[in-house]
Amino acid sequence: MADYKDIIASCKDQKGGIIEAFHALQQEFNYIPREALTEAARVFGISEAQAYGVATFYSYLSVEKRGKYIIRMCESAPCHVAGADELLKAIEKELSIKVGETTSDGKFTLELTECVGQCQATPVITINSEPLFNVTAEVLPQVLSAYK
Amino acid sequence: MAEEMRVLLEYADKINPEIADEYVKIGGYVGLEKARKMDPNDLIQEVRSSGLRGRGGAGFNAGMKWSFVPKNAEIKYVVCNLDEGEPGTYKDRIICEKNAQALLEGMAICGAAIDSNQGYIYCRGEYPFIVKLLKNAIKSAKELGALGDFNIEVRMGAGAYVCGEETALIESIEGHRGEPRFKPPFPGVAGLWGVPTVVNNVETFACLPSILTNGAAWFAGIGAAKYPGTKVLTLTGDTNNPTYFEVPTDYILRDVIYKLGGGVKGGKKLKAVQVGGTSGAFIPESNLDTPIDFDSMGAIGAALGSGAVFVMDETRDIVDIVSRISKFFEHESCGKCNPCREGTFRCREIMEKINSGKATQKDIDNILLLSRVMKKAALCGLGQAAPIPIESTIKHFADEYARKIV
Ligand SMILES: Cc1cc2nc3c(=O)[nH]c(=O)nc-3n(C[C@H](O)[C@H](O)[C@H](O)COP(=O)(O)O)c2cc1C
Ligand code: SF4
Ligand code: FES
Repeated sequence: MADYKDIIASCKDQKGGIIEAFHALQQEFNYIPREALTEAARVFGISEAQAYGVATFYSYLSVEKRGKYIIRMCESAPCHVAGADELLKAIEKELSIKVGETTSDGKFTLELTECVGQCQATPVITINSEPLFNVTAEVLPQVLSAYK
Repeated sequence: MAEEMRVLLEYADKINPEIADEYVKIGGYVGLEKARKMDPNDLIQEVRSSGLRGRGGAGFNAGMKWSFVPKNAEIKYVVCNLDEGEPGTYKDRIICEKNAQALLEGMAICGAAIDSNQGYIYCRGEYPFIVKLLKNAIKSAKELGALGDFNIEVRMGAGAYVCGEETALIESIEGHRGEPRFKPPFPGVAGLWGVPTVVNNVETFACLPSILTNGAAWFAGIGAAKYPGTKVLTLTGDTNNPTYFEVPTDYILRDVIYKLGGGVKGGKKLKAVQVGGTSGAFIPESNLDTPIDFDSMGAIGAALGSGAVFVMDETRDIVDIVSRISKFFEHESCGKCNPCREGTFRCREIMEKINSGKATQKDIDNILLLSRVMKKAALCGLGQAAPIPIESTIKHFADEYARKIV
């Protein structure tokens, strides 16, 4: 696993690049660990409180530990009318977790999101940012089984 | 007239957007070459007289916006808004996937006009694959020498709708929380890192190469006279054809739904259509014979916005959909100003009360009053637009509300 210090250092030449650094950290760890947040604040010359303020402003960033695969379920109006509510229930049942939780084996975290810009094939979920189309309760087990 | 008119998307799927050479073979980068040979003032005048107006929602004349940039400033930036957070919208993604080089060329044309050699593309965090595509496209264009000394850096957003607002976007590129700034000063005068900055939408930039190549008069002659050109639309909801289209701006909304969209799914009747994304007004069947351009939409109390077209059939529960939309605004409010932070919370609360059958006429009166306050007092367009779906449905679909109140 890459060292968080190296990851942050690789972004330090981008002016105002702390969000880029956070993205790079999440790419590796799926969240922003506490010590990485402290280091990023130092490298970009802002207080830790400010860095925390940035990290918690954006829904894509997380300061809480998350699972290996982050499932985000779109709730916006086009997905809503295509049955997002039922799909959400099916995901919660299939994984035995509620929104915001991680499965006990640390594999899946379930989150809600607004439109991810793939409304040609609703309802949409993303798993680690990869969009999956026309997901229904019926095909769900098969969809999830691809994530080992 | 039920045909698409493809300008931006003419070569969709026929060229690889990552490879500058393929774009050059179909006449790409000719517009930029022409722009570079022009006097900057003439270039701005050419864009201005083409009538090109912003495709990100506000509809401001692009050349006019550029003309506000002070000539004597040493450093200036060109920023492309690829935040595309408006639910139901994916046209900027499509433009990148089909014709990314036109966006790069458009940004460089703007750079020539305002004398800037640094561009930024702010791409939403939900599109990491587009970030990759754009980085490859920029590399290819640079290697070919097509962009000259104009550089473009791609920055990624992180899931905040408000960052589509130009000053919040600038804050985000600077590495801050994406909270809108007070205006004035406008970005054209003091934008990114305090220097003059032009912010335009992807589609606005992508229109520029053909304007330079074919001339302002050619562009001004397409579609609606006051909002000329083509517009890329994305069709969602209960349509037979949930996809994207490019049409001249005088195209009729009814034709979008029934001709391009193939009508309402399952042969059902139409109840409502929401144009411009989740912050747009709901339009009843009786207003369908309206051209989609900015001013015609405004005349019926609606907005073209991002060009999203969300179709709802006769079985849809309008109050339920508007409740969902009110949750969107509560979630996305950045919390900087009170009318929006509190207002979106109360709107959601009252909408859910109505939706669950527990509200009275008094609640409807209250939400209409709150709407007026938000439209007047919210700092940015998010809080100002949040009540529009509520107001427009109380106006056009009063029965749906009457059914649910006690
Ligand atoms: C809440 C909010 C969200 C916005 N989102 C976007 C967006 O995703 N893309 C965009 O181009 N413009 C968006 N805008 C409009 C921008 O502030 C700005 O007007 C636009 O980028 C200017 O470009 P244009 O003149 O080419 O349209 C948004 C505005 C508000 C108030
Ligand atoms: S209107 Fe809403 S989103 Fe805009 S600044 Fe105020 S709180 Fe933030
Ligand atoms: S509404 Fe779900 S992807 Fe757009």
